[in-house]
Amino acid sequence: MHELSIATSIIKSAEVELIENKAESIKEIFLEIGKLSGVEIASLTFVWELAAKGTALENSKVNIHEPEGFARCGECSTEYHLEKIFDVCPNCKSPFKEILKGKELKIIKLIID
Amino acid sequence: MCVTCGCSSDEGTVKFIGRNGKSSHHTHAHHFHTHDHGKHHHDHDKDHDHFHDHNHDHNHVHGREINLEKEILLKNDLLAERNRGYFDAKNIFAINMVSSPGSGKTSILERTIADLKNEISFSVIEGDQQTTNDADRIAAHNIPVLQINTGKGCHLDSEMISTAVKELAPKDGSIVVIENVGNLVCPSMFDLGENKRVVIISVTEGEDKPIKYPDMFYGSQICLINKIDLLPYLKFDVEKLKNYARTVNPTIEIFEVSATSGEGMDKWYSFLRSSLIK
Repeated sequence: MHELSIATSIIKSAEVELIENKAESIKEIFLEIGKLSGVEIASLTFVWELAAKGTALENSKVNIHEPEGFARCGECSTEYHLEKIFDVCPNCKSPFKEILKGKELKIIKLIID
Repeated sequence: MCVTCGCSSDEGTVKFIGRNGKSSHHTHAHHFHTHDHGKHHHDHDKDHDHFHDHNHDHNHVHGREINLEKEILLKNDLLAERNRGYFDAKNIFAINMVSSPGSGKTSILERTIADLKNEISFSVIEGDQQTTNDADRIAAHNIPVLQINTGKGCHLDSEMISTAVKELAPKDGSIVVIENVGNLVCPSMFDLGENKRVVIISVTEGEDKPIKYPDMFYGSQICLINKIDLLPYLKFDVEKLKNYARTVNPTIEIFEVSATSGEGMDKWYSFLRSSLIK
């Protein structure tokens, strides 16, 4: 259940920003959590309420963008969609690849007041 | 306890098991957990115009936009890099052992220490949710060992390692082994600052574990296949397992070993020796 750690980490970072910007509240938070990041959105949503309770994010709207996985083949340079982290190149079947998208785990922005 | 974790305050105690096996619990009122939770709620003391504010705000939700583009695990990753720098400076080779519970992490470690302790200095950080059982097993070999009980936490993080390493004060040119909490999912996300991540799978598990838990195999550089002495009694296809592991991570280096019979351990030892020299 590392999603609880992730949620707590997001909340702490956001609260630091809130204080640094001398703001009163966080209206919205925008997250980018790639489909290959290892974070289950359903689990994160499940623990979010608990983790956010009593914090500056208790009533904030949470927007999550989930980039799809993309890779470039290490042998033939074909770029392809990665459903699973171990998908092989559809062109040459090589497992060697550079993951271009899908591993994101970021706080993109906050709307504060 | 955790840079990132939300565990409650008294669950991340670090216990130090001394060389003689006696546990001398320095009950550090560990700052692990003492990030004052109180502060968050109570920044009220400025001006108490909450209600006033609220009335204005409804409907025209302008707000200020703060662009962050910040990694969620940034704090963990930065501290992991510091740990890595510390290991580098002291010519320490640090490994992070990960696996499901029961794959034989502690047994491999015990055997390795028993066979190599006359030529290589070891120190060990044990991670478990509860008990000092694993640390006790290692302490029996007269090796400096620290047990981290994570309480409800499911993984070790770089802050725990940073604190543990200061306590252990490993020798220059030694090997630091971090035995992570038995869990094939959560520890994969947390860089501890190790030089190599070693995933262990035993032949009593399924051959398809690498594709069932791909993140862990993707993030590891070494794979130890343990309990190969049991192969004659099992329907287990080692080649199939290796193929799955290499599909997930084509550069993973695989060693087939048995901590019980000692089979295959020589190659693992050669790997450890050569990693120290680099």
